Amino acid sequence: MLRIFLVALATLSIIAPAQAHPHVWVTMRTDLVYAPDGRITGIRHAWSFDDMFSTFAVQGLESKEKGKFTREELAPLAKVNVESLKEFDYFTYASADGAKIALTDPTPDYWLDYNDQVLTLNFTLPLKTPVKAKELKIEIYDPTIFVDFSFDKQNPARLVGAPKCKLDVQLPREMTFAEGKKLSEIPADEKNTTMAWGAQFANKLLVHCP
Amino acid sequence: MTQVPRLHLTRFVLLVACILLFVAAIDFAFAQPFGVTRGPAPPEVGGFAGWILTKQAEFYRTLSGLIRAAKADGSAAYTLLGISFLYGIFHAAGPGLGKAVISSYLVANDETWRRGIVLSFASAILQAFTAVAVVGIAAALLGATAKAMGNTVRVIEIVSYALIMLIGLRLLWVKGRAFLRLLREQQQAHHAHDHSHHHHAHDHNHDHDHHHDHDHDHDHHHAHNQDHGHHHHHGCAHSHDHDHEDDASAWGHAHAPEPQELTGKHWLRRGLAAIIAVGLRPCSGAIIVLVFALAQGLFWIGVASTFVMGLGTAITVAAIATLAVGARGLADRFAKARPGAGMLLLRGLETAAALVIVFFGAALLTGYIVSERLLGV
Repeated sequence: MLRIFLVALATLSIIAPAQAHPHVWVTMRTDLVYAPDGRITGIRHAWSFDDMFSTFAVQGLESKEKGKFTREELAPLAKVNVESLKEFDYFTYASADGAKIALTDPTPDYWLDYNDQVLTLNFTLPLKTPVKAKELKIEIYDPTIFVDFSFDKQNPARLVGAPKCKLDVQLPREMTFAEGKKLSEIPADEKNTTMAWGAQFANKLLVHCP
Repeated sequence: MTQVPRLHLTRFVLLVACILLFVAAIDFAFAQPFGVTRGPAPPEVGGFAGWILTKQAEFYRTLSGLIRAAKADGSAAYTLLGISFLYGIFHAAGPGLGKAVISSYLVANDETWRRGIVLSFASAILQAFTAVAVVGIAAALLGATAKAMGNTVRVIEIVSYALIMLIGLRLLWVKGRAFLRLLREQQQAHHAHDHSHHHHAHDHNHDHDHHHDHDHDHDHHHAHNQDHGHHHHHGCAHSHDHDHEDDASAWGHAHAPEPQELTGKHWLRRGLAAIIAVGLRPCSGAIIVLVFALAQGLFWIGVASTFVMGLGTAITVAAIATLAVGARGLADRFAKARPGAGMLLLRGLETAAALVIVFFGAALLTGYIVSERLLGV
């Protein structure tokens, strides 16, 4: 009897307060870049932050013209952004035919721009080893949902240099009661062994090549 | 021992477990168990927790539009405050260390629900105040960058987490010792159990000597009767403490009751550490909103929004804290009825609650759990 109780308490104590409040919203446009031989070489992201976070991020930054920032003026911020993202694996997880793909740090040509009070981070994540895959899966999500990712409605993603492949953009499910129920009825798809529950709200890019 | 108390024990344990798990349920749904790999996540997440998350995000995202609108039309400010309030309520219903630490603190320290509400409100208001102070001083006055503010928050964070851990360790020291001593006594008493039957006539007053320890198993009735005589006149705020002592005396005093300062009078001074530990760290969302309002030239409206958010947060935290206190109250009532296992349970509960606080503090301090981070700025 006491044991039941202790188990309950133990359960209580295991709870990690991963603060799943999104405070940053990112609208993504993602290019998958292929080499002429059909191997994917990198993932090129353009992430636009929401207006509140954009304002927050540029707070106190010096600029020649008030309310406008050049690429050069934003360079130090871009550096901090990219360097901090490393800790979170750039929120980007890739697999080829079911096997995880290693990504390296972004190429040094990353930059930030600021248009209409929206900050956009542009960076490319090269694959450690370019691969040829029949089924390529790219997932973008924050496991803790501090950052909420969603694809741009008009231009979510493109394949660059892979004419024979087919790109399928899978949006994360809506988190509502009805949706939750519906989803629980869908049989769990393949091995979703990705971490934590944030993975459930991953934005997925699926590429099928012949 | 009859069957009846056993039944009660089972039912009681289940009840308290249920309440605690309910308190934890929301957190649990959000929980990310230490990066442990797991299979397809349970579908329930899409339910209640998902709904809270969606609502919260919805409210938060409308804030920027409303701040902009308030610039053109003052009446939009009222809508902004309303949404801020709702955001606060939903935000706190999500995972957060505040309510977990406060609830654990209340359970471990045997505080009343009234005190729980005071602690909840005080820490939420302090949280709003820190956010306003950070943005007001750093951004508005000094023109600091987001990065500088992030660093400031990080320093505050370390102080706050260290304080949480200290509070937990102190509680653990006091409560854990009491628990272990009780456990040891009970085990000893169990050994002596058989030859104690003829002693029971002595066990009527508070001031029993140590040599009565071993009588416990069939002393319950006496302790019980005696309880009836002694408890009813106690005021709500103090009754728990006295109960312990009465029960403790039925056990023969060998386990020291908690030190004086942990009972009654100095609760606010004692609670101050908890208020500061929890309330010191400003919410990232509030800081972002404040900076945004500042950039729109409407800092005051951001300040109002932040405090209203804090009010909403306080209501949720207070509700959850009250639930925790209620569970604790049941534990007390049970312990009164069944001094043996009941007291052990109570001490175990307190110790576990203290452990929860230590765990939070340590995990946050070491970065094992990331509370909230400001993305690379």
